[in-house]
Amino acid sequence: MATLLKRTKALTVNPLKSSQPLGAALAFLGLNRAMPLMHGSQGCTAFAKVMFVRHFREPIPLQTTAMDQVSTVMGADASIVEALTTIFSKNQPRVIGLMTTGLSETQGTDIARAVKQFRAEHPEFDEHHVVPVNTPDFSGGLESGFAAAVTAMVQTLVPPAETAGTRPGRRARQVNVLAGASLTPGDIEALKELAEAFDLRPIMLPDLSDSLDGHLTAEAFTPHTTGGTSLSDIALMGDSAATLVIGPSLTQAAELLEKRTGVPTHRFDHLYGLTVVDRFVHTLSRLAERPVPPRIERQRAQLQDAMVDCHFMLGQWRVALAGEPDHLLAATELLQGMGAEVVCAVAPARGEALAVLPIPEVKNGDLEDLEHMARASGAEVLIGNSHCGQSAERLGLPLFRLGFPQYDVLGGYQRTCIGYRGTRQLLFDLANLALENHSHAIAPYRSVYGQKPEYRNEDTVHGLAEAVARA
Amino acid sequence: MQPKDIAALLDEPACTHNKKSKSGCARPKPGATAGGCAFDGAQIALLPIADVAHIVHGPIACAGSSWDNRGTRSTGPTLYRIGMTTDLTEQDVIMGRGEKRLFHAIKQAIDSYRPAAVFVFNTCVPALIGDDVEAVCKAAQERFGVPVVPVDGAGFYGTKNLGNRIAGEAMVKYVVGTREPDPLPPQTARPGVTVHDVNLIGEYNIAGELWHVLPLFDELGIRVLCTLSGDARYREVQTMHRAEANMMVCSKAMINVARKLNERYGTPWFEGSFYGVRDTSDALREFARLIADPSLTERTEALIAREEARIDALLTPWRERLRGKRALLYTGGVKSWSVISALQDLGLDVVATGTSKSTEEDKARIRELMGDDAKMLAEGSPRALLDTVREMRADLLIAGGRNMYTALKARIPFLDINQEREFGYAGYQGMLELARQLALTLESPVWNAVRAPAPWQATTEVV
Repeated sequence: MATLLKRTKALTVNPLKSSQPLGAALAFLGLNRAMPLMHGSQGCTAFAKVMFVRHFREPIPLQTTAMDQVSTVMGADASIVEALTTIFSKNQPRVIGLMTTGLSETQGTDIARAVKQFRAEHPEFDEHHVVPVNTPDFSGGLESGFAAAVTAMVQTLVPPAETAGTRPGRRARQVNVLAGASLTPGDIEALKELAEAFDLRPIMLPDLSDSLDGHLTAEAFTPHTTGGTSLSDIALMGDSAATLVIGPSLTQAAELLEKRTGVPTHRFDHLYGLTVVDRFVHTLSRLAERPVPPRIERQRAQLQDAMVDCHFMLGQWRVALAGEPDHLLAATELLQGMGAEVVCAVAPARGEALAVLPIPEVKNGDLEDLEHMARASGAEVLIGNSHCGQSAERLGLPLFRLGFPQYDVLGGYQRTCIGYRGTRQLLFDLANLALENHSHAIAPYRSVYGQKPEYRNEDTVHGLAEAVARA
Repeated sequence: MQPKDIAALLDEPACTHNKKSKSGCARPKPGATAGGCAFDGAQIALLPIADVAHIVHGPIACAGSSWDNRGTRSTGPTLYRIGMTTDLTEQDVIMGRGEKRLFHAIKQAIDSYRPAAVFVFNTCVPALIGDDVEAVCKAAQERFGVPVVPVDGAGFYGTKNLGNRIAGEAMVKYVVGTREPDPLPPQTARPGVTVHDVNLIGEYNIAGELWHVLPLFDELGIRVLCTLSGDARYREVQTMHRAEANMMVCSKAMINVARKLNERYGTPWFEGSFYGVRDTSDALREFARLIADPSLTERTEALIAREEARIDALLTPWRERLRGKRALLYTGGVKSWSVISALQDLGLDVVATGTSKSTEEDKARIRELMGDDAKMLAEGSPRALLDTVREMRADLLIAGGRNMYTALKARIPFLDINQEREFGYAGYQGMLELARQLALTLESPVWNAVRAPAPWQATTEVV
């Protein structure tokens, strides 16, 4: 539906994009006792790590194969083996997510081969898992890197039904949930609660709500993730009654999971707004063969009330959007459902969601593009990540923070936008911002004849000149 | 306030309600009354005077829930938005310390905020225990050299409308006529233009909508001496007696002010509205007629012709979107007929209107606008409003904020036209905002979303 406007500039100014390896690392951070390992120079890891730390305000386990001049030229497979060995023996993670970077991809690394070499040389780590994934940062972005990592997890960690003997529906109350990059830890927590309200047992892949939800732990320091999807749960995904997939970006991962396990898939583009959440809740209700609990019905009625209350502020609100494709789709559909107008949208990279985005065009671009488009289209608000702050300031527009990274606010990672309750809070927050900044206020007018004392020292002739000019 | 003073205010010869068998305003009915008290009415009528310290003399309930609650705006001072109350305690009441506290409160307000004047609003408790507010004000004025005006409108005196009149009465009694208008600024002189002075009474500059109208007056060479009370200053109120014509803007809230200024100073007045294209033009014409300056009349007609053509072109696309939509109008203070003509100007069908506060004249005007079979609602209970919406197949309810959630709970589009609203609809330019707001709610996709049953309910309904 939306035409994708391609990149036309040589120079990207104020990038919106985060890299593919960063997205993949984020996905791996949602596995329990995991360590993401970037195969690249140490800077690839350091920059990603700093961004994660600023966004989540958490220590982030992230390692590097630390390619140097020699290994870059002479071959770095040995660095991978050394890194895996070091991490497994020193930090004892159960799984290492091994992702490539621009450097190693350009060099031409074959990570599958390197992992094979590691296996051959180090049988003592046979019980440990390595999930290799190709994520060059010269293609895609955060969302596609995240999705590639989830696909790789399915490929590596979910055994095929025929070899593992799993059978769809054997665990009738168990459902798989593939959770896309647009979901925050807060969203995933809400999603789990929603499924649990139907007495379902969800296996989230990945589960950021268990690892990056920002909680104090008994141990002062752990070198790997302290929560997330456990590998034993992943091994059982083939016994689930259904797989729920959130986000078009996970299409490939979902197809692979269904192919390997035979578990039927239910797809949802996102969970923002009444209609899609209705469909999701209805699906849960049918899978669980339970009626919708009164508590959920009540939350639905609360959302409806909020929609009616907020439509005054959000109706005709001119919104400029910047975000990953799945997020753009979610926000656009929600806003349009409230009567707001998405006047321009910028995505950092391609994604399945862009094709179905219900606006005339979407720009594959940067925040300079966003700035120009927002100005040209008369936007009244920007919605995007913290990087949009400068643009908002120059445009004189308020910024509503959504997406990754959010480094200049606290708790962005915990904002819950999905489900009836999350949508309701999101609508309130958006409407409050609209209320504070509504641009239809009448400008004060000072009569040229005014007897108001504070006018005396001011230039009232100006007003008269205008009046006379009109006449 | 003495009962005879209240009776005198209730007997308002200029008000057409007076002509009915029951003289004056009806007494509120216990158990079936909505709306504010006399204190509320007195306070909201004067609160927009921006450079005055408004002190509420009473325990916390009176000011606590009502300070800074209006959408009225100022070009300059923001003192009117600062909530001030004597916040009387039990000890004050028992020991009779209210007067002393009030005196000190006035001093504190003057010391801290340097107001142009202090208005003291009396409330039930001090009225009942016998605080002599007028005497305290007089003493304070003498001591501190700042005008201190008592506004004796305790809640139990009567309705909000009575309170409006009490407020107006206080202005006429204590403030109007205490200063001559400023000389006209020399740089505003224009050849062939004689500047005429007028007042706008009962215009509150809600959401700044006065600023849509004032430029028109400037252009015509009409000086608004004072707007009572939107964006007004104390020194402006003082000069109201020098106007050549007064306009009673909508609501009859301060009709006694217009009448008394007419009695005392011979100022002619008329009742008009700035809602809608037709009414805005009519109001400007009426000023020209009363002032009777041929040059002004000529300029007025030229301005009207130009503005009507301009706004008509701008409204055309909105009319396409709004045409044929059916509106139920239920107004409180704002006159129904005025809003009806504004809505008709935008292409809407007004299918029914509330008339509980309308006079016989108002009703005649409504019939003129809506036709003889116009549905008039004497009662505005939520149930009655919703039934009428269904019966008349209305697309939208237009009412004061109090009824907003009645409409929204019933999943009916709604437009707020009360004083708490945030959008200004007055003047030619205000029509654009009115059209935008109407389209915003009427065309919103949320209505279909909230009217549809949940998918799981839809399947059970089939069974």
